[in-house]
Amino acid sequence: MRGFLPFLAHRLFRALIALWLVSTVVFVVMRLSGDPVPLLLPPDAPRSEIFLVRAELGLDRPLPVQYAVFLASLARGDFGRSIHFREPAFTVVRGYLVATLELGLTAFVVAALVAVPIGLLSAMRRNTAVDHAAMGLALIGQSAPTFFLGILFILLLSLKADLFPTSGRGDWRHLVLPALTLGAFTMASIARLTRSAVLEVLGADYIRTARAKGLAEVWVVAKHTLKNAAIPIVTITGLQFGTLLGGAVVTETVFSWPGIGRLAIQSIYNRDYPIVQCTVFLAAVLFIVINFCIDLLYGLLDPRVRAG
Amino acid sequence: MPRLVAGGLGFVGLLVLVALAAPLVAPQDPTRQSLRGRLGAPTWQGADGRAHLLGTDHLGRDVLSRVIYGSRVSLVVGFAAVVVGGVLGSAAGVLAGFSRGRLDAVIMTIADAQLAFPFVLLAIGIIAVLGPSFPTLVVVIGLSGWVAYARILRSQVLVVRSREFVESIHALGGSRARIVLRHVLPNVLSSIVVIATLELARAIVLEATLSFLGLGIQPPTPSWGGMVQEGREYLDSAWWISTFPGLVLMITSIVVSRTGDWLRDVLDPTLRGE
Repeated sequence: MRGFLPFLAHRLFRALIALWLVSTVVFVVMRLSGDPVPLLLPPDAPRSEIFLVRAELGLDRPLPVQYAVFLASLARGDFGRSIHFREPAFTVVRGYLVATLELGLTAFVVAALVAVPIGLLSAMRRNTAVDHAAMGLALIGQSAPTFFLGILFILLLSLKADLFPTSGRGDWRHLVLPALTLGAFTMASIARLTRSAVLEVLGADYIRTARAKGLAEVWVVAKHTLKNAAIPIVTITGLQFGTLLGGAVVTETVFSWPGIGRLAIQSIYNRDYPIVQCTVFLAAVLFIVINFCIDLLYGLLDPRVRAG
Repeated sequence: MPRLVAGGLGFVGLLVLVALAAPLVAPQDPTRQSLRGRLGAPTWQGADGRAHLLGTDHLGRDVLSRVIYGSRVSLVVGFAAVVVGGVLGSAAGVLAGFSRGRLDAVIMTIADAQLAFPFVLLAIGIIAVLGPSFPTLVVVIGLSGWVAYARILRSQVLVVRSREFVESIHALGGSRARIVLRHVLPNVLSSIVVIATLELARAIVLEATLSFLGLGIQPPTPSWGGMVQEGREYLDSAWWISTFPGLVLMITSIVVSRTGDWLRDVLDPTLRGE
């Protein structure tokens, strides 16, 4: 495992930098928004009370001090109190996180399980009708706007065909349409990538050798092709998870799915900034942790990465 | 040029023409309401005696006219965001390439961090706080796409700056601006065109998405994303309100990004792997 520790340290450092940048942007944006105190108090509150609350929140201190205090409270997991729910923001967001994880993981797993075999089949049956149909669908899946895809699914599969409920969270039938919508882009990307990765490997010399020595095609694919094509697939698949998280905001809004994405949008309408800040930050943490794990996996799969 | 791409370019050209000539092409004022003609199905002769080829919405406004006017929003925001992202990204890339060392590291770290984060979330946060407006929308969408330009220009600057002829230009007193304009930009122009096309598709979808979430163009100005949102409540009874603007958006997105893919294959095959 030589070289793996420095690789790990480097990636960890980058993850921390990204996290710090995100929190700084959050801080700057929150301060740009102006004084939150009038939102917290009734409109006819006396000036003395406004000053009191301002001092309580530390808003009368110099900006650098406020920034330091902000970073320190983030590190403690303190995101302030929700204006709307009158509870600590983190407690509120945590309650919604499970639904988002349920939807996100389902979408991701389904996308990967469907896309890899399709990509493989497309590559094996290159330039046939199967290949063209699959890749055509993948192109549409990659460029179709998520929110409209969701609306189309609701219209066709829910309202017209009456196969699935239109919205909400419940049994598995509630999960089908949101997961398909959220996973569509990921599915399309993984399918296209798998196809090109497999095609690339199929052209390699060692595949010709494997075939020349009389190995059955099943073994050529299973043992030599998939293993080598796995590296690019795993990387891109990992990166896709971030796109998926972004898409969760839209998907949850379309399907009234009670997750943190919909909570964020509703909190924007309620001007509940502590919640918005907390969801953005938590999503960033989640995303960075996942990316970090993917990096590790990548480093384990391909020793050459560690050097780079 | 494959027939598909020719058709695509034709579609984009038509879209631009329609957007430019919206007042001439649109059959009606896109904000004119008609209480009697609400939720009318696509028809040649509606309750108000006019043709509504794509139906009317919940306020009796003509969907076709709104789709036509909506193309203005999509194209203007899309192109403006691409320009903002392109200019900022190119400047950052040139700066990073020439500065070497700390500034380069800072710019590229920011680029990495941004790529490592779902930007939609950040965009939503920023717009939530600053309030939705046309300039905010353009800047936020533009900022979401600067990294690709910065990377390509930085690497080209790095390639060119060590060449002997560039050193002699420098020795003769030629400015960096001259080096960038005469020797860096021409080399990356085709890549920039490819990136800009792909970015245009992304910007149009992002604008529609933000408008759908209520964070983009505000009503009553028609935008495709906003129209899909408005029709959501009436999907069961009046499917046309959401479906037509959504379909036009989807076709636009597919066509523009396919054109970008094709341009990439023709102009700059090296970008393929990315």
